[in-house]
Amino acid sequence: MTLLEVKDVTVRYGQLTALRKASIGLDEGETLFVTGPNGAGKSTLLKAIAGVVSPREGEIRLDGRRISGRAPEEIARMGFSMVPEGREVFGGLTIEENLRLGVGMRADKDQAERDLEQVYAVFPMLRERRDRHAGVLSGGQQQMLVIGRALMAGPRLMAIDEPSLGLAPKVIDDVYAILLRLRDKSGLTLLIVEQSATRAMLTGGRMILMRSGEVALAGDARELARGDTLRAAYFGYGDH
Amino acid sequence: MTAVLQILFDALSLGSLYALGALGIALIFGVMRLVNFAHGDYIAFCVFALLWPSIDAAAIVFIGKLPSLILIPLVIAIGAGLSVLSEIVVFRRFRNANPATMMIASFALGFVIRYFLLMLYSSRPKSIDLWSNLSLPIEIFGARIPLLQVITICTTIVVLLALTAFLKRTRFGLEMRAAAENFTMARMLGVRANNVIMLAFALSGALAAAIGLILVTQTGTVDIQMGVSVMLVAFIATVIGGLGSLTGAVIAGFLIGGATVLMQVILPVDARPFRDAFVYAAVIVTLIWRPNGLFAPKSAKQRV
Ligand SMILES: Nc1ncnc2c1ncn2[C@@H]1O[C@H](COP(=O)(O)OP(=O)(O)OP(=O)(O)O)[C@@H](O)[C@H]1O
Ligand SMILES: [Mg+2]
Repeated sequence: MTLLEVKDVTVRYGQLTALRKASIGLDEGETLFVTGPNGAGKSTLLKAIAGVVSPREGEIRLDGRRISGRAPEEIARMGFSMVPEGREVFGGLTIEENLRLGVGMRADKDQAERDLEQVYAVFPMLRERRDRHAGVLSGGQQQMLVIGRALMAGPRLMAIDEPSLGLAPKVIDDVYAILLRLRDKSGLTLLIVEQSATRAMLTGGRMILMRSGEVALAGDARELARGDTLRAAYFGYGDH
Repeated sequence: MTAVLQILFDALSLGSLYALGALGIALIFGVMRLVNFAHGDYIAFCVFALLWPSIDAAAIVFIGKLPSLILIPLVIAIGAGLSVLSEIVVFRRFRNANPATMMIASFALGFVIRYFLLMLYSSRPKSIDLWSNLSLPIEIFGARIPLLQVITICTTIVVLLALTAFLKRTRFGLEMRAAAENFTMARMLGVRANNVIMLAFALSGALAAAIGLILVTQTGTVDIQMGVSVMLVAFIATVIGGLGSLTGAVIAGFLIGGATVLMQVILPVDARPFRDAFVYAAVIVTLIWRPNGLFAPKSAKQRV
């Protein structure tokens, strides 16, 4: 069943067109990687879904309901959870407060408590520092915090903008192990902006390549990452 | 010793007023990046609400006659209500406007409220006898302190403790702190922007009402200019404290109150009429030393 549908979405920042009639579809339980050069519009795509920027044209549907034009908090409450570019932890709040922020919209508080325990189990480092200000965490630790925070919202669809950025390879492995476990166990649908083709290959799923605000290429992550098509499309030559 | 106590109580009670005012401004700035210049007019509005609208010279006391237990919550509700109303009617339309535009809008709103009051009540100050027995002094360690000063200080302490508990211990408080730090991210986590902003306005308006009640008891007059001088200092306090920092606003409010009272005492008699010049000189020096204020929040992210 289609969970997310982005149809012919155009986003402009003033004169600059960051997304040009971009379309993607995402089934329940599926993983979609978004890759492409800097400035291709990957983060803009995620922001448009989150409702932080509003599309000039086109529409976005989550679970069949139109979300384009709605407020970010409403979209979040419909089951969309986002880890934006640049992490965005609340440095003045404690780690536990950061985690609990995402819980507000959930009806089942007991389940939320269990999820908090689970996040702590996955990231013991966060539990040890639960009462410290999040501002003191290192970059990698902040990344763990924001992923944990996004999970606390109990999302159906989770979008992550460059989870690997600035993380040690070992930590990247850990982060992906957790995401995959969630995908397999609770059917979490993932939309991941990722520059590393190898990572997409290891994880599997579908992949799109964006260039100049357009979806230039779409296909199976493993197949695309293996061949030369991706490279060619990435750098914009060998258009076919 | 008694003189020192007297000075201390003077400083604390004046600082209390400034702190409450600064807090009201900082609360809204935190979630909206709006410096609300209408705040002083909320104070005047709450004070005028004690009277029945008439342009006669003599005041017709209306709400002001009610027993304190009803009067106080009622005036606070009026302040909160007016503040929330101005959010819904005016500021909501400016959510995504730049801070300068919002500031001008708040100026305009302030004038609208002021002229509305002038129309109903005329521009003559009126006298009103509200709890005037509170001005009688009581004895504390040999010093004669007006009871009102003690009440003002205690009220402020209670308000500060309650607000701290609210911000630290409740869900709404957590959402407000998050929204003040990074509004967009808070919204992406499901924090409802409208609720948080309306709550900030309600709290801010309630604080304005509290200031109005203290002022009217102190002076025994109802005057359109009522909130102006307190608010001017309160604005300065929010800047000195570091725009966006609630703690900073409160501390700076007390610092300016303390400095004002202290200058009054230590300046040579000839210089005392120019006391405010010295206070503001100290303000300028502080801002040159710390342009972002004493307690500037580390991450005051712009909202989208
Ligand atoms: N807030 C903004 N205002 C104006 N232009 C913007 C804004 N955000 C992004 N852009 C522009 O839109 C285009 C797409 O940006 P976007 O951040 O979506 O790219 P990206 O694919 O995520 O790049 P990267 O890989 O570097 O993160 C870029 O040209 C960028 O300069
Ligand atoms: Mg990006």
